[in-house]
Amino acid sequence: MRRRSTFLFTVMAFGFAFFYVPILSMIFFSFNASRLATVWGGFSTKWYAALFRNQQVLDALVLSLKIALLSATCATILGTMAGIALARFRRFRGRVLFSGLVTAPLIMPEVITGISTLMFFILLADWVGWPGSRGFTTITLAHITFSMVFVTTVVHARMLQADAAIEEAAMDLGSRPWQVLKDITLPVISPAILSGWLLAFTISLDDVVITSFVTGPGNTTLPLLIWSKVKLGVTPDINALATLIVLTVGAGVLIAGILLQRAERRRERDMQLAYRANQ
Amino acid sequence: MTPPPSASPASPATATTPAAARPAAAAGAGWFDRRGWRDVIIAAPYLWLVVFFLVPFLIVIAMSFATRTPTAPPFGFGGENPILNLQGYRRLFTDDLYIRAFLTSLLNAAVATLLCLLVGYPMALALTRVSPSRRNILLMLVVLPFWTSFLLRVYAWMGLMGTNSWFNRLLTDIWNFLVPADMALRYVPMMNTNFAVVLVMVYTYLPFMILPLYASLERLDPTLDEAAMDLGSRPAQVFRDITLPQSVPGIIAGGLLVFIPAAGELVIPTLVGNAGQPMIGRVIADEFASARDWPMASTVAVALLFLMVFPMMAYTHFQARSEERRKDAP
Repeated sequence: MRRRSTFLFTVMAFGFAFFYVPILSMIFFSFNASRLATVWGGFSTKWYAALFRNQQVLDALVLSLKIALLSATCATILGTMAGIALARFRRFRGRVLFSGLVTAPLIMPEVITGISTLMFFILLADWVGWPGSRGFTTITLAHITFSMVFVTTVVHARMLQADAAIEEAAMDLGSRPWQVLKDITLPVISPAILSGWLLAFTISLDDVVITSFVTGPGNTTLPLLIWSKVKLGVTPDINALATLIVLTVGAGVLIAGILLQRAERRRERDMQLAYRANQ
Repeated sequence: MTPPPSASPASPATATTPAAARPAAAAGAGWFDRRGWRDVIIAAPYLWLVVFFLVPFLIVIAMSFATRTPTAPPFGFGGENPILNLQGYRRLFTDDLYIRAFLTSLLNAAVATLLCLLVGYPMALALTRVSPSRRNILLMLVVLPFWTSFLLRVYAWMGLMGTNSWFNRLLTDIWNFLVPADMALRYVPMMNTNFAVVLVMVYTYLPFMILPLYASLERLDPTLDEAAMDLGSRPAQVFRDITLPQSVPGIIAGGLLVFIPAAGELVIPTLVGNAGQPMIGRVIADEFASARDWPMASTVAVALLFLMVFPMMAYTHFQARSEERRKDAP
């Protein structure tokens, strides 16, 4: 029953307009010559030119990318381990606490994660003298912690779908655990690891609240820079910066989506060919 | 959510010892049992989360019972201060500020969740009714805003809601056209109101509502609808009696995914909200950073958690039970 409902499709059209009109408006006004961000004063790309000369923005971008690369990579390693542990090791001591620990950060409000992590770092510095100052290290540690559980969720779901019997067969045929991990488990869950990494990278690159708590003087990530400017109001140079970010991310997601869809279609075709060949 | 803290100190250590691993191995746990691989894979993320998540969380709970002092760090335990200072919890229920902040958060989050459901449900249902190739594109368009910066999505609305933006002038013109002349407005006051907070929350959290709803609606069997139509049901009846009851898990999942972050939201109320009516996230941040009152900030944080832990626990319970029922069904 694929009946066409005018009501449903009208709501959907309005919903997509709701999603995209604010972003398109922001992109449009980034080419505004006027200093007033919301009143049109002619076409200009001067805000983009100003952006590329703004050392503060470029420094913040580099710092954000460094933190995101490092924290996403560590979070992917730890998160994948946790996902494998939860999916394959049915019983170990403290499993209940462990599964609680990988879900709790997902629903913890960011403000609470922020103040708890900051109090932890301050008290730790008080007791053992480390971390002496807050900045790159503390931000990275905090980002690893809250993004690894997203990786765990993705990897765990994929592990539950994957067939454990293949791993057991490899063991019976004499493979060592390391070989099984390298040759079977990791290749099978590699799409999940990749999307987990991308997720962790994006979350790290995007975080404001937790970062604003655990950062120290002189360590301004790109979201923190935008946050401090946005609090003062709408300006055309933030419109330009936002446009660049949105378009970069949008293009990345679109390309990834198209590649994934193509890979899926190829896999389906291969499966059909294999099926026909066996008949 | 978080298990009782009393279980924490012993378990991470014991989980790493071979003695703890061996009984599980004997039970046939799988392929990693030899050579301590298993222990490393469990212990590394386990220890990480205990150190960087559980310990800070326990610090918050302990801090909520501490006494504020003019020292650095600004709190005291024992000595001349009481071991368990319940002053914070008393203030929570007597001071107007906290009660109003909780009510504002609750109201804003509830209205935002309801609006997300009202907009998201028809969208999710419409998504199940388009051709598969178009559906993938539309789903990608739903997810795309989720990948782009949260902060910038809030910012995009600041541009629209400002008093001299094209959007505000459009709304002002519509309003002035509809109402008598003496009620005419020069602009629609949108920024720095609870309306703005709810609107931007709906905007930023709508994908979290649509995706679980879509997932549960997509699984429905269309032949049920056809059967009901053949037996004479009208579309509205089919929706009420067949589609809606079967999508309840999706509604609950989506509702919690919107409500929980919305209730603790900090960025949206700071940027577009009314500073005179702060939400609870703002109160926590202000107590902590501006007032430097760590114990009170922690008390409010614990209270916020308890407002949300219970719905979450009820939800997981409900989900597990309905899952079991589904498996039992033939």
